[in-house]
Amino acid sequence: MLDNLSAVYAIIDATFRVSTPLILCAMAGLFSERSGIVDISLEGKMLAGAFAAGSVAAVTGSAWLALGVAMLVSIALALVHGFACITHRGNQVVSGLAINILASGLTVVLGIAWFRTGGQTPSLTNSARFMPVELPFAQSLSDVPVFGRFYAEVVSGHSVLVYIALILVGVTWWVVYRTRFGLRLRAVGENPLAVDTAGLSVSRLRYAAVAICGALCGIAGAYLSTSQNASFVREMTAGQGYIALAALIFGKWRPVPAMLACLMFGFLDAVAIRLQGVELPGIGEVPVQLIQALPYILTVVLLAGFIGRAIAPKAVGIPFVKER
Amino acid sequence: MNTSNIELPAWLEIIVLPILNIVMALFFAGLIMLAIGVNPVEAVGIMLKGAFVFKGGLGYTLYYTTNFIFTGLAVAIAFHANLFNIGGEGQAYIGGLGAGLAFLALDSILPGFLLVPIGIMAAALFGAAWAFIPGWLQAYRGSHVVITTIMFNFIASALMVYLLVNVLIKPGQMSPESRYFEDTAWLPQMHEFLGWFGFTVSKTPLNVSFILALLCALLVWVYIWRTRWGYELRTAGFSESAAVYAGIKPKRVIVSAMCISGALAGMVAVNEIMGVHHRLIMNFPAGYGFTGIAVSLMGRNHPVGIIMASLLFGVLYQGGAELAFEIPKITREMVVAIQGLIILFSGALALMLRPWLVRVYLLFKPVKEAVG
Repeated sequence: MLDNLSAVYAIIDATFRVSTPLILCAMAGLFSERSGIVDISLEGKMLAGAFAAGSVAAVTGSAWLALGVAMLVSIALALVHGFACITHRGNQVVSGLAINILASGLTVVLGIAWFRTGGQTPSLTNSARFMPVELPFAQSLSDVPVFGRFYAEVVSGHSVLVYIALILVGVTWWVVYRTRFGLRLRAVGENPLAVDTAGLSVSRLRYAAVAICGALCGIAGAYLSTSQNASFVREMTAGQGYIALAALIFGKWRPVPAMLACLMFGFLDAVAIRLQGVELPGIGEVPVQLIQALPYILTVVLLAGFIGRAIAPKAVGIPFVKER
Repeated sequence: MNTSNIELPAWLEIIVLPILNIVMALFFAGLIMLAIGVNPVEAVGIMLKGAFVFKGGLGYTLYYTTNFIFTGLAVAIAFHANLFNIGGEGQAYIGGLGAGLAFLALDSILPGFLLVPIGIMAAALFGAAWAFIPGWLQAYRGSHVVITTIMFNFIASALMVYLLVNVLIKPGQMSPESRYFEDTAWLPQMHEFLGWFGFTVSKTPLNVSFILALLCALLVWVYIWRTRWGYELRTAGFSESAAVYAGIKPKRVIVSAMCISGALAGMVAVNEIMGVHHRLIMNFPAGYGFTGIAVSLMGRNHPVGIIMASLLFGVLYQGGAELAFEIPKITREMVVAIQGLIILFSGALALMLRPWLVRVYLLFKPVKEAVG
C-alpha cells in the first residue's frame, strides 16, 4: 500500500516536471492566438531559447542570466514572426514553419561551431542550473501522514521555474480577463476592425501579444536546458511545442483549461514510461507509442467536434488591413 | 503610399521578385556562415562542385531532387485548393508502409513487372488515405487541416515506430527495420537503366523514380490547368462561394485535393523504399515533407517552378553534405537553416520587397500608365 502511494506520488511529481514547458508554451500561444496571430512556432522559439540558455549558462555560469538571454532570443524570433504576419501580412502558418525550421537548423550549426560537441552544449554544473528548491517546512511536515508527505514529496522539491510556470497561469488569467490590456487583446483577436474604430492600434496590440508569447517560450526553453536537463541537446524540444499547441486548442484558448490539458498530456507522458511492458488488467499491454500519440489523437477528435467544440478566436490567422 | 493595387508587369512579378527573395535568404545564410567563421564564397564553390562536378555528385543531387518534386507537387496541389498540407512527412511515411506491406506480402509470389506497379500504387494509396482523414475532417467537420495534418505527422510517426518495433521487424535482429524485399521488387537504379541504352554513369542512389517524378509534374500541370477537375479545384480554392454558384461542390474538392496531395507525398516512398533502401526503415522521410513546402513556395506552386526549386534544394542537400565533409566547422544542418530562411523570405515575407520594386518600376514608368 505504502509502495503504491509513493508510486502515485512519483507520477504526480513527474507530471509537474514534464508539464512545465507545455504550460509555459500553452500560455505563450494563448497570448498570440487570442490576439489573432496563429503561432505554430512555439516549438522553434522554445528550441532557440533552450539553446541560448544552455550556451549562456555554460559560458557565464549564471542560470538567471541564461534565462534572460533565452527570453530575449525567443522574443527576437517572435518579433520576426510579428514582422512577417503583422507588418507584411504574410501567411502566419508559413512564417511559423519557417521559424521552426530555422531554429532547428541554426541551433545545431551554432552549437557545433561554438562548442564542437556534436551540437550539444557543455554539461552544466549545478550552480549554473535551476536546481530543486525545498519549500519551507517541507522537512518538518514530511512526517505528517497524508498532507505532510504530499507536501514534501510532490509540492516541494521542484525547480523555481515550475512554480513560476504555475503562477504565470494565474497571471495570464488575470491579465486576459481582468485588465484593460486583456480586454483589448481578446477584442483584437475577435474583431480587429472594432478595435481600430475605437482608436487603438491593432498592430501595436498584436506586437505586444507576440512579444509576450516569445518571452514565455524563452522561459520554457531555459527550463528544458538548465533545469530539466543539464545541457542543450539537439532537437531537445521533440514536438513539445506542438503538444502545447494541442493543449491550447484542447483548453479552448482559455488559461486554466489549457493548463489542465497540459497536465493531462504531461501525466500521459509520465505514465507512458511506467506502463512499458506492464499488463493492465482487462486491457493487456498498452503500447507506449499509443500513449505518446494520445495527445494528438485526442486533439484531432476534439477538433472534429466529437467531444465538444473548440472554437478559435474569430480573427485568428487573418491579417488585418487598416482601411484607408 | 499603398502599392498593393499597382500592377507590375508579369516578368517582374513572377521572375524578378522571387529571385530577389531567394537572394535575401541566401544573403542571410551568408551572414550565418560569416558568423561561424566560414567564407561564404568558398562554401558556395565547394557546394557546387559537390553537387555537379565530383564523381556521382549529380546523381545524388537528382536523387534528392526526386523527393522534393514529389513533396513540392503535393503541397502545391493542396495550395491551389487553398489548403495547407503540412502533413507530407506523415503521408510519405505511411506511403512507405503501403509499399512495404505490399512487398512483404507478395514479393515471393509475384514477378517484378507486377510488383513494381503494385508497390507504386500501394504507396500512393496509403499516402492518399492518410491525407483523406484530415481532408474529410476539414470538409465535413470543420477542423482546420493545418492543425490536423501536424497531428497526423506525429500519429504516423508513433504508428510506424510501433509497427517496426513490434510487428514488422525482421525476427532475430535488434534494429527496428523489416527484412529486405526480394530483388524483383527493387526499382532499377539509373546507372543500370542507362546501361541498357549503352550509357555509363557512376553508381548512385538515383533510380528510375526520377522519371516518375517528372511524369507526375507533367500530370499535375495537366490536371490543374487542362482538366475540368483542375478548374473546379482552382475555383473552389479562389472563392468557395463562387464555386458553389458555379455548381461546384467545394467539400468534394477539398477531399479530392487532399487525397491527390497525399498520394504525391506517398510517392517519396517509391524513391526511398523501392529505389534505395529496399526495406522498411525508421524515419526515411527525413524532413522531405517539410522541404516540399519550401519547394512549393519557391516554385510558386507551378510544376515548372517546382522542378527548378527541387533542383536547387537537391544542390543544397548534396552540396551541403560535401560542405560538411570538407569543412568540419559546418554541418549538414546549415542546409536546414537555409531552408528556414527560404521559407521565411519566399513565403511569409514574399511581398516585403514589392513596394520597393514598385517604386523602382514607377521611376521608369509614368504613374498614369502604370495605374491605368
